Amino acid sequence: MNRFAILCAVALVAAGPALADTSRPPVDYANTQLSDPRQEAQAKALMEELRCLVCQGQSIADSDADMAGDMRALVRRRIAAGEKPDAIRQWLIDRYGDYVTYDPPFDWLTAPLWLTPIVLVALGLLLARRSLKRRGRN
Amino acid sequence: MIAEAGLAALWIAAALALLQLALAVTGIRFDRDDLSAAIRPVAIAQGVLTALAMLLLIAVFTRSDMSVLLVAENSNSMKPMIYKIAGAWGNHEGSMLLWVTILGIAGGAVALFEKRLEPRTLTATLGAQALIAMGFYAFLLISSNPFARIWPPPADGQGLNPLLQDPGLAFHPPTLYFGYVGLSVAFSFAVGALVMRDVGPAFARAMRPWVLGAWIFLTLGITAGSYWAYYELGWGGWWFWDPVENASLMPWLAATALLHSVTVLATRDGLRAWTIMLAVVAFSMSMIGTFLVRSGILTSVHSFAVDPERGTFILALLAIYIGGALALFGWRIGTVRAGNTFELVSREAGLVANNLLLSVMLGIVLIGTLYPLVAQAMGVQLSVGKPFFDKTVGPFALVLVALLYAGPLLRWRRDRVQAVFNRLTVPIAIAALAIAGIFVLAPRAGILPTLGLGLAAGLAAASVAPLWKRDLRRTPLFTYGMVVAHLGVAVSLAGMASDSAFTVERLVAVRVGQAVQVGPYSVTLKGLKPAVGENWSAIEGVLEAQRGDGAPFPMGPQQRFFSAPPTVTNEAAIKTVFDGQLYTTLGDADGQGRRQLRLWWKPFVTLIWLGGGLIALGGLLSLLGRLLRETRSARRARKRAREEADWGEEAWT
Amino acid sequence: MKVTRILIWLPLALFAILLVVVATGIVKPGDRTIHSRMVGKPLPAFTLKPMVANKPGLSPQGFREGGPRLLNVFATWCIPCIAEAPELMELKRRGVAIDAVAVRDTPGDVRKFLARHGDPYARIGDDAKGEVQLEIGSSGVPETFVIDGQGKIAMQHIGAIRRDDIPDIMAALERAK
Repeated sequence: MNRFAILCAVALVAAGPALADTSRPPVDYANTQLSDPRQEAQAKALMEELRCLVCQGQSIADSDADMAGDMRALVRRRIAAGEKPDAIRQWLIDRYGDYVTYDPPFDWLTAPLWLTPIVLVALGLLLARRSLKRRGRN
Repeated sequence: MIAEAGLAALWIAAALALLQLALAVTGIRFDRDDLSAAIRPVAIAQGVLTALAMLLLIAVFTRSDMSVLLVAENSNSMKPMIYKIAGAWGNHEGSMLLWVTILGIAGGAVALFEKRLEPRTLTATLGAQALIAMGFYAFLLISSNPFARIWPPPADGQGLNPLLQDPGLAFHPPTLYFGYVGLSVAFSFAVGALVMRDVGPAFARAMRPWVLGAWIFLTLGITAGSYWAYYELGWGGWWFWDPVENASLMPWLAATALLHSVTVLATRDGLRAWTIMLAVVAFSMSMIGTFLVRSGILTSVHSFAVDPERGTFILALLAIYIGGALALFGWRIGTVRAGNTFELVSREAGLVANNLLLSVMLGIVLIGTLYPLVAQAMGVQLSVGKPFFDKTVGPFALVLVALLYAGPLLRWRRDRVQAVFNRLTVPIAIAALAIAGIFVLAPRAGILPTLGLGLAAGLAAASVAPLWKRDLRRTPLFTYGMVVAHLGVAVSLAGMASDSAFTVERLVAVRVGQAVQVGPYSVTLKGLKPAVGENWSAIEGVLEAQRGDGAPFPMGPQQRFFSAPPTVTNEAAIKTVFDGQLYTTLGDADGQGRRQLRLWWKPFVTLIWLGGGLIALGGLLSLLGRLLRETRSARRARKRAREEADWGEEAWT
Repeated sequence: MKVTRILIWLPLALFAILLVVVATGIVKPGDRTIHSRMVGKPLPAFTLKPMVANKPGLSPQGFREGGPRLLNVFATWCIPCIAEAPELMELKRRGVAIDAVAVRDTPGDVRKFLARHGDPYARIGDDAKGEVQLEIGSSGVPETFVIDGQGKIAMQHIGAIRRDDIPDIMAALERAK
C-alpha cells in the first residue's frame, strides 16, 4: 500500500508539467533555443557530439529527422534543468550504447584508437631522426 | 548506336592498355628501345579513346536515350540540361567511367608532355599506368558497363537524387576525380623509379609538376565539395568529419606531404625512400577513398550509388596494386642509395617536420575513419566523429601552422635558431597582439578559436615575409606560388576560427509579420509563396532582411518537393556580404500558424573557401613558375649547345 | 640495419592489416540496428496520458502487477506498423496483453488506424515528443518490448513483427512469467 502511494505521488509529479502543456502550447525545444545563451551553447556543443540514430551519419544538431528533434529537445530540457552535459551523454549511452556519441569513451576497445596519435608521433620521430645528421659523426 | 560506339571505344582502349603494358615489359626486359618508343603513341591513343567514351556517355544522357539502362535509372527527360550532362557522372557506372577517362587522359598527357624523365623510367612509368588502367577497364566492362541497354525502354527515367541536382554536381566530382586519379601519375612514377632504381633529383623534378597538378584539382575539389555541403544540407556546417569527406582529405594530406618532400628530393637529394613511399601512399589513399565511398561499408551523409559487391571488386584491385607497389618498395628500396641527411635547423629539417605532422594527421584520419569497422568486428557499434578528430587532429594542425611561420624563412643546409627568431619578430608580435586583442574584445570566443584567429593573423604576415626586401620583379613565380598558398592557409584558418567563435544562431517559430534579430540583421517573415521549377515545386519563405538602417533586401529559402524521385529538400537562401554570410532556411509549420526558421549570421565564414581557392591558386602559380623556368633553361641549354657547336666548327676550320 | 629492414616492410604489413579490417567489413557487414541497452533492466517509471478516449494511458504500476506484457512502440505514420497489425491481433487472440506507446501521433489518426487495422491494445500512451521512446532505448518504430511481471524488460524486437517471429515472442513471454 505504501509503495502504491509513492508511485501515485511520482505519477502526479510527472503529470504536472503534462497538464500545464495542454493549456499552453509547449516550448518546442527541438527547434527552439534556450533563453540562457551559456546554457544554449552547452546544449549546442553536446548536440553536435551526439549521433542521430535514424540518419546516415549526422549529428542530432544537423538532422531534419523527427527523432533527432526529440533528442535535441531532451538535451535542451535537461540542460535547462541544470544537468551536466556529460551526465546527459551517459544517460543516452546507457540506453543506446557508445554508438550514440561521436566522442568514443576511452576503454579497452578504444584504447588503440585514442593512443594512435602518440604511436604515430613516436614512429614518425624515429623515421625523421634517420634523415637528420648525427652530432659528432659528421 | 551511340552507346555501342562508346562501348567499342572502351574495349579498344582496354586492348591498347594491354599492348602498352606488353611494350613496356618487353622493351625493358630485352633492352629494345624501339619498342619503348612505340609506347608513347599507344598511351596517347588510349587517352583519346577514353575521352571519346565519356563524351559519348554524356551524349546519351543529353539525348535522354531511355533505352540505355543507366539513363533510365538516373535521368529524366524533364531535367534541366546541366543536370542531364552532370547526371552522366552522378551515378556509379558513369563516375567510374569518369575515373577511367581521367586515368587514360593522365597517361596520355604523360606520354605527350613528359620530356625530362630518363626514357627507360618513362617506359616503366607508362607500363605501370597501363597496368592500373587495365584493372579499372576490367571493372567497368565486367561489372559496371555504363552503356548497357534495357528492353523495352521505359517511357521516362527515374530521375536523379534531388540532393545531386545542383550546380555543385557539375563541378565537384570531376575536379575531385582529376585530383584523385591525377595522383596515379605519381604512383606510376614511383613504380617506374623503383623498377629502374632511378630515384634522384632529376626524377623528383620530373614528378613535381604532375603532383602539383593533381594537388591543385584535389584542393579545388575539396573546397567546392565543402561549400556544396554547406549550402545544400541546410544546417550551416561545412565539414562534418564524415567518412566520405575524410576519404577526400586523406589523399590531400598525402599529396601535400609529397609536394613538400619532393622539393627536398629535387633540391637536396634527400628523403629518397620517403618520397617514393608517399607517392605510393597518396594514390593508395585515392583508391581507398573511392572504395570507402562505393562499398557502403561506412555510413555517410553524402554517400550515393553504394554497392558492396562492386566494392569487393575495387578492394581486389586495391589489394593488387597497393600491395604490389609496397612489395616492390620493400624489395627494391634497399638497392637505392640512401639520400643526404640534414642539419637539425635547416629548411630541409623544417620540411621533414611538415611531412611528419601531415603524415601523423593522415594516420589519425585513416584509423579514426576505419576504427568503427574494427569495433564492429568485435561486436561493438562505435561512432568516431567530430569530437575525436577535433581533439586529435586539431592540435597537430595548429603545430603545423606554427611551423609554417618559420618553414619558408629557414635557409637550406644550415640555419641558426636566433636568426630565425629575428626574422619572425613581426609575425609573432602580430599573433600575440591579435590573441590579446580578441581576448579583451571577445572573451566569449573560446580558447581554440582565439588561438586560431591569432595564429592566422601572424601567419598572414609570416607567409608574405619571404618577399620582404626582395626585388619583386625578379622573384620567381613559384616563390609567389608558395606565398599565396601559405597565405591561403592563413585565410582559411581565420574563416574557420571566426565561424566557430562568432556565429550567431537563431532557431525560431514565427508568424507572418514577425521580425527576428540575428547578428546585425533583422529578418522579417513577410509571407509564404509557392514556387515551381522544371522538376520540383516548393514553398518559399518570403523574408525581408535589413542591416541596421540599410536598405532591406528579400531572401527566399525554400522547402522543395521533387517528383522524381519523391524527396523533400531544404534550399537555403544565403546573402554574402564582405564581412560574412546571412544564412536562412525554412522549416516546417508548427500547426499553430507559425513557421520554423533557422537563421545564422556567420562572420567571415567565406574566408574558409576563399582560402581554399588561394591555396589552389598558389599551386597553379607554382606550377606555372616551374614550367616557365624549365622552358627557359632548356632554351638556354640549346643555345649553349649551338654556340659550342659553332665554336667547335670554328676551331676545325 | 635490422631496424631498416623492419621499416622497409612495415608499410606492406600495415596495409595487410588494413585490408583485413576492410575485408571483414565487406564479408561480414555489421549489424546496423541499434539495440536497447535497457534489456535486462527494470522498465523506467513513466506516465503517459491516454491517447484515445476509451482506453487508459500508461503508468508504472501497470507493468509490475500480474503477468508479462508486450509494450509496442508504434505510430500511425509508419508503414511497417500497418504490416505488423495483423500479427499483433494474432498475439492478442493468443491471450497476450499488449500495451502501446504511440509516438508523435494525434488521437484522430490513432482512432482511424485502430478502426482500419484492428485494435490489439489494452492501453495506449501518448508519447507526443518521443520522450518515453528515448527513455526505453528504442530507436525507431515499430519496436516491441517484452516486459516481465516484475516490470523488467526481458526482450526487444526491432522492426515489424512477422508471422515467423511469433514463436520467439511467445517463448520470451513464457520465460518472463
